[in-house]
Amino acid sequence: MSTLLEISGVNKSFGGLQALDDVNLKVNEGTVHAIIGPNGAGKSTLLNAIIGKLVPDTGTVKFDGKDMIGVQPHQINQHGISRVFQTPEIFGELTILENMMIPLLAHRDGAFKPALWSRSDAQGDILERAEHFLSDMNLWGKKEVHAASLSRGDKRRLELAMCLSQDPKLLLLDEPTAGMARADTNNTIDLLKTIAGRGITMAIIEHDMHVVFSLSQRISVLAQGHVICEGLPEEIKTDPRVREAYLGGAEV
Amino acid sequence: MQATATKNKDNLMVLLFAAAVLLMPLWLQPFGAAYPDLMQKFAIFGLFAIGFNILFGQTGYLSFGHAAFIGVGSYATVWVFKLFTMNIFPAMLFGVLVSGVFSLVIGYVCLRRTGIYFSILTLALAQMSYNLAYSVLTPITNGETGLQLSIQDPRSWDAVAVTGEGIPSTNLFGLELSAFDGLAGFYICAVFLILGFYVAMRITRSPFGSMLRGIKTNQQRMMYTGLNTKPYALTAFVISGMYAGLAGSLMAAVDPLAGAERMQWTASGEVVLMTILGGVGTLIGPVLGAAVIKYFENIFSAINTTVLADFYSFLPQGLADVLVSLTSLFVGKGWHLTLGLLFMMVVIFLPGGIMEGIARIRKRFSASN
Ligand SMILES: Nc1ncnc2c1ncn2[C@@H]1O[C@H](COP(=O)(O)OP(=O)(O)OP(=O)(O)O)[C@@H](O)[C@H]1O
Ligand SMILES: [Mg+2]
Repeated sequence: MSTLLEISGVNKSFGGLQALDDVNLKVNEGTVHAIIGPNGAGKSTLLNAIIGKLVPDTGTVKFDGKDMIGVQPHQINQHGISRVFQTPEIFGELTILENMMIPLLAHRDGAFKPALWSRSDAQGDILERAEHFLSDMNLWGKKEVHAASLSRGDKRRLELAMCLSQDPKLLLLDEPTAGMARADTNNTIDLLKTIAGRGITMAIIEHDMHVVFSLSQRISVLAQGHVICEGLPEEIKTDPRVREAYLGGAEV
Repeated sequence: MQATATKNKDNLMVLLFAAAVLLMPLWLQPFGAAYPDLMQKFAIFGLFAIGFNILFGQTGYLSFGHAAFIGVGSYATVWVFKLFTMNIFPAMLFGVLVSGVFSLVIGYVCLRRTGIYFSILTLALAQMSYNLAYSVLTPITNGETGLQLSIQDPRSWDAVAVTGEGIPSTNLFGLELSAFDGLAGFYICAVFLILGFYVAMRITRSPFGSMLRGIKTNQQRMMYTGLNTKPYALTAFVISGMYAGLAGSLMAAVDPLAGAERMQWTASGEVVLMTILGGVGTLIGPVLGAAVIKYFENIFSAINTTVLADFYSFLPQGLADVLVSLTSLFVGKGWHLTLGLLFMMVVIFLPGGIMEGIARIRKRFSASN
């Protein structure tokens, strides 16, 4: 199994706060890797460092063997990394269909192609794919609705569909089931399992341990910006350091 | 097919728009606005607002300096009139190209920032251009007097044809813009307005248009979706700068002089008002907004107390006098007051501008049917 993402010695501090403290982490190709840890541990910050939203103070991020430090966010995405954010990042004022077309166009045409004269509604291949991904999420019927008016769960599903439509090599998920009802959570687990089954590598941040243990092959535990342990799910379940990090949190 | 249906709908919209514009000399008569000078203004400022809307309405970048491109377009056009030919075709082409290059430079600088900082940068650069036009650049702009044609101008391409009595008038391959009591000039402006509207419609419906709206709604998401937002925004900036340059060139074509006052910040602010008044992000809104503002500027400002007294003459003298003095606050020199009130009402009650008003009325009608 080859390493798809390799983070080594990454540090990031905000003022006096050490948000990431010498983080080392490897995500192997074709696996689901969970990143867990208490609130404020630095999980989202770590994803920010991967997608180029912030540049680490020190350390390296390698994706597919290539150094990603200092690479522009859009180039990082074009290399094959897509991210679902903790609070859905979609195009609120645009219709669901248009939301879906933008990532598809970015995937087909690259970072910049000023197609001024062709019509969006004449892009057959793009529309076909949009229908496919939206139907998967039960959103095709709402394609003319403005994304801002969707429920929180639907927004998440839309964002997930947008990321998946880009056929990413690595999918980053930041708490994909937060705020979802149990039934919805289970649907999402099934969905993510199908996606993983297609061989898409995933790094998933999640507080819900049911989700973590149903999906992941490997788990890293982050606390106060540091990876305190990493291993197979069974190992993590019984590791005393993890219990301590969660201050006796009942969930683990 | 749904795609062909929306395409046909768009083409129908352009056709209706074209018909409305070309028939302006007829249907504007009852409004007292059917004279070429004003109709030219409708067309020219309509074009300016359409282009401005591509940047502001679609991409979400509010420029406070777009009048600078009008000025650049005007100066460049007048220079071609002076040096080469009175034919507006090469002159306007040059005007649009120069304003395109100028907006590329200005846009490149200003788009390093977003939001209010972008707006301030555009304002600063436009004011700088305005002041330069008055001072250092006097050899090019002729400073306060403005750039005018003179009988001594070389006009090297025309020289043989011109017999030498007075300054020749502008023409399009021989058709003088002043022909048919100025209607020729109006129809030339009208054709450019229709073309500009059609191009804006195509841009709006294109994948490029989707990208611009994506930038407006969520620039972060665009970046993390693999799109390089800078060149998209810059392209939109240059396109809108060229529309402004085209408007400036047309101004010079119908009235061959160019002055720095066209570049002042008030002129840049006016196009913002036009776009908001008509409906930000809509296709037709900016044209309506431009027409309303130019109508007020020309018609309301021309109403004086004599006209008002005439209007109220059917009332008893005392009452008529009171009404005349009350109304005169809002007309003549007070037309800005009317415009200001109208603008406030629109922003407060119809944030989507005139187009939102139209949409609401339509909805009410279809609901009651
Ligand atoms: N841009 C920033 N500027 C300043 N401080 C920040 C910034 N981003 C994150 N932090 C701080 O860094 C720490 C880690 O934040 P982060 O969002 O990564 O935590 P998290 O593990 O994702 O938590 P949660 O489970 O609540 O989402 C927090 O203390 C947070 O306040
Ligand atoms: Mg987080």
